[in-house]
Amino acid sequence: MLDAGFFRRWLTAAAAAVDREAERLTELDSPIGDADHGSNLQRGFAAVVTTLDQEAPATPGAVLVLAGRQLISTVGGASGPLYGTLLRRTGKALGEAAEVSEQDFADALKESVEAVGRLGGAAVGDKTMLDALVPAVDALAESFTAAAAAAEKGAESTVPLQARKGRASYLGERSIGHQDPGATSSALIVTALAEAAGGSASGGDHE
Amino acid sequence: MLINVAETVVADALRGMAAAHPELTVDVENRVIVRRDAPVADKVALVSGGGSGHEPLHGGFVGPGMLSAACPGEVFTSPVPDQMVRAAAAVDSGRGVLFVVKNYTGDVLNFDMAAELAEDEGIQVAKVLVNDDVAVTDSLYTAGRRGTGATLFVEKLAGAAADEGMPLERVEAVARRVNDRARSFGVALSACSTPAKGGPTFDLPDGELELGVGIHGEPGRERRAMMTSREIADFAVDAVLDDLQPRNPVLLLVNGMGATPLLELYGFHAEVQRVLAERDVAVARVLVGNYVTSLDMAGASVTLCEADEELLRLWDAPVRTPALRWGV
Repeated sequence: MLDAGFFRRWLTAAAAAVDREAERLTELDSPIGDADHGSNLQRGFAAVVTTLDQEAPATPGAVLVLAGRQLISTVGGASGPLYGTLLRRTGKALGEAAEVSEQDFADALKESVEAVGRLGGAAVGDKTMLDALVPAVDALAESFTAAAAAAEKGAESTVPLQARKGRASYLGERSIGHQDPGATSSALIVTALAEAAGGSASGGDHE
Repeated sequence: MLINVAETVVADALRGMAAAHPELTVDVENRVIVRRDAPVADKVALVSGGGSGHEPLHGGFVGPGMLSAACPGEVFTSPVPDQMVRAAAAVDSGRGVLFVVKNYTGDVLNFDMAAELAEDEGIQVAKVLVNDDVAVTDSLYTAGRRGTGATLFVEKLAGAAADEGMPLERVEAVARRVNDRARSFGVALSACSTPAKGGPTFDLPDGELELGVGIHGEPGRERRAMMTSREIADFAVDAVLDDLQPRNPVLLLVNGMGATPLLELYGFHAEVQRVLAERDVAVARVLVGNYVTSLDMAGASVTLCEADEELLRLWDAPVRTPALRWGV
């Protein structure tokens, strides 16, 4: 079972990963965006950690709803509402239970990923965060480690794709050959789940 | 770059704006620029916003006859919903608020969320999307046409409509009509540099230009070897006229992207006027200058909006903002 502490560890690990990889995210956002994905997410997740410390929400649902609201209020751009909605909806679906099962969480996250797709009008293959998130939630039933691997693979799969949503879509064929920054940050956030569960990486220095 | 550090660029600019314009209330912490006399009794209010880096859009268009408030985001990043909700609450007289939103995924999502939140607070909200850039094909495979120069026309004309005391539905209808009748096309002669990156956001070699560029330096239709002002005017005006066949005289905006000298811009305007005359398009009103910019990008855009009697009356109505003022 997963309690509020697990979800706080997750988001703290996600914040650390975003912080560590901010420059790489910005570099990926440079040829096909405007070179600020790293700094925007850094600002948002730092605010999430601060607000979780201050308000110390007691249930998994409350942790995720608060974190989602904070992202919406601090990140801006498209990634703020999209990541914010992902967490907030997952939190709402988990309700007020003090602990939730891995299966409950996987179900809630899957529905939220679908909602994010509708919000952005995107699908798998459009070279967006969904290319990492969709395979990740499908693998979540198996394990957090499997989800992390699926997200990584999904992010890498965006390299040969032509962007069809977001600002990169204006590049047309010129977007081919670059890994999508949104799919990359999504993979970081999913990988942080495995860290929170004490799985594969422990916040170490993998390249 | 003439900055301290990238992280404080927007806040620094807002502090400077506050000191320059006592007729505006600039909330630096919450990033909202509001006309000081808001809310104006019995008038519909207009709120816009978007990423910073396009100045004077939108903050420079706050004042009587135009925007009631503007919400600047980080450079080239949409503002957050909290800003728009705060702005709407500050300017709503009870007759409702029109959100003017440029068609970019981030702006659309954040303004949609803000509209829901503002309505929860009892504020009546209408939204108009600006998508005038003909360089992008509006299809399922892009995020749709971008909002660029026509934003100025929408903000001026809908702002004048609100100033006349029109109800929200009519102000919204004016804004939609303006957007429906306006088209733009932009050209970049050099890339722009964001403070976060500290260098050009895209690679545009010397001696080449990007036809159909967006206001964040997004690519357009094609890249070519440098052309003359005359050739660029032919290309840009024809691109607009491929999509808009005005039967009435037009409003014309010849807009600088930020780093093109006015000397060049006026010369370009002369060429634009020449092409329009050759194509039998009559020009009713003209604006030449840097209004919807892209940081330090060199280049220009052309926006046409087919006018009618009402739109001309609204265009000529008094306006008093940092960047646009006449009739007062």
